[in-house]
Amino acid sequence: ERNRERHKSPRNKDGRGSEKSVTIQAPTGEPLLANDSARTEEAQDDNWGETTTAITGTSEHSISQEDIARISKDMEDSVGLDCRRYLGLTVAAVLGLLVFLTPIAFILLPPILWRDELEPCGTICEGLFISVAFKLLILLIGTWALFFRKQRADMPRVFVFRALLLVLIFLFVVSYWLFYGVRILDSRDRNYQGIVQYAVSLVDALLFIHYLAVVLLELRQLQPMFTLQVVRSADGESRFYSLGHLSCPSSTVLSPKGPSNNATGQSRAMIAAAARRRDSSHNELYYEEAEHERRVKKRRARLVVAVEEAFIHIQRLQAEEQQKAPGEVMDPREAAQAIFPSMARALQKYLRTTRQQNSHSMESILQHLAFCITHSMTPKAFLERYLSAGPTLQYDRERWLSTQWRLVSDEAVTNGLRDGLVFVLKCLDFSLVVNVKKIPFIMLSEEFIDPKSHKFVLRLQSETSV
Amino acid sequence: MLLPLWGPHLGGGCVQPGQVASPQRVEIHKLRQGENLILGFSIGGGIDQDPSQNPFSEDKTDKGIYVTRVSEGGPAEIAGLQIGDKIMQVNGWDMTMVTHDQARKRLTKRSEEVVRLLVTRQSLQKAVQQSMLS
Repeated sequence: ERNRERHKSPRNKDGRGSEKSVTIQAPTGEPLLANDSARTEEAQDDNWGETTTAITGTSEHSISQEDIARISKDMEDSVGLDCRRYLGLTVAAVLGLLVFLTPIAFILLPPILWRDELEPCGTICEGLFISVAFKLLILLIGTWALFFRKQRADMPRVFVFRALLLVLIFLFVVSYWLFYGVRILDSRDRNYQGIVQYAVSLVDALLFIHYLAVVLLELRQLQPMFTLQVVRSADGESRFYSLGHLSCPSSTVLSPKGPSNNATGQSRAMIAAAARRRDSSHNELYYEEAEHERRVKKRRARLVVAVEEAFIHIQRLQAEEQQKAPGEVMDPREAAQAIFPSMARALQKYLRTTRQQNSHSMESILQHLAFCITHSMTPKAFLERYLSAGPTLQYDRERWLSTQWRLVSDEAVTNGLRDGLVFVLKCLDFSLVVNVKKIPFIMLSEEFIDPKSHKFVLRLQSETSV
Repeated sequence: MLLPLWGPHLGGGCVQPGQVASPQRVEIHKLRQGENLILGFSIGGGIDQDPSQNPFSEDKTDKGIYVTRVSEGGPAEIAGLQIGDKIMQVNGWDMTMVTHDQARKRLTKRSEEVVRLLVTRQSLQKAVQQSMLS
């Protein structure tokens, strides 16, 4: 994982030290980088159930020379990109502040500069002041809601629409200032009501631009126009996602990272299986797979029974009962630790058979068990996380295989999605091939059928002996 | 390979191999079995039936009466009637535009002991092709 948020402090994972370098803080818990994480994993393996695998020196946890070169290059790249992202943000913030203060300036400057010559303006102006104040408040809230949201990813290019809107706002405000400067400041206009109404018209126009921003940035993309077919290169598993009009980079972020789960485990399994199969016939393949299925099912049955029996022993104490036996009362964490040994072996065997053992550490399992106990979940609810593969997000953060992806395509990335576009998302372990298909234009026509027109006739074919 | 349709026939219909479809005259002498007079074959078709389900007709809108089965050693087989034949007349009565039940009645009149049928069958070549394809 290459963490882009370098300004944040390093997350301190439970029981793992964090690596610190001088300027850049690398995240911990990466399967490819941190050597101490491999060490702590070994310690866990020894204590947890029985182990039959040996971790050799040249496992997937070691890094090679080219990895180091790639990592250092990426670090340099991302520093530059961070600057660019923050530059864009600061420009937008400055412009927003300027735009926000402009109506206030329009209203305040005449009294400051030529108060004596101004015509007095009574209730009408006060009414206009109130409306300006509320409209500015609404604009402020709307801008915060629309623009100040945490970005989920760092795109390689600037949002076209956002840039367009910024330019539009800039030109708009500049033209208003020009008019104001020439017609009002220079000539020292005395009609204060007119000036205030001018400021009100500016705020109205800003609200309309905000409406335009909502339509362009949000509404236009909601209607599904394209279907993305995402195929994982490691094993061919594919999913379909529907999207509206977006650009390439946006679409990659919005389609959830579902396909990435278990990819590493499965790719390793594929390689191993292919090596074994090199000389086997199809018959042996069939029997091998049938045998594996059978083994998985048997272990799963054992696991379910073990977990159910373990859960029976835990009982929730009601409030009144809690005072009765203070010695035996446990909090969820202790309860989890108490029943965990009885199911640990069955669970570990099952995880090994389904090659999930690297996705779940003992600590994560205990946490999950305590969570289930706290919320009075059934054994099936506890097991569901291990029995069925889910999206990558459900695994702990340190198990995330990658947050850095590269977008590879033979078309310019800022183009919008179009039918037949194919691009590849690459991360270190595998790649996802994305195929964009346009949702077909459906021509729907109406046809009325009279209910009385449903008539039937029997068609026979008899055979008679004579 | 000889067709299984060709059975022994003694007298009655004059069937020669290689002939193109032409009407054949078949004379069947009914056999008395208990109280009934039987002919030894089954018919299908009729104007009240569904002609598209007829496996023997060339034209699937043909609502005529067809021979769907000929029992072994029965009077019809002896007379030379074959499966797939279309019955055009029975004793002078027309059978091309009758219902299934009317056809049955015309064939099973108790007062008649001999029925003379006018049948057509598909040409030999077409029958060979069909049997090779099946």
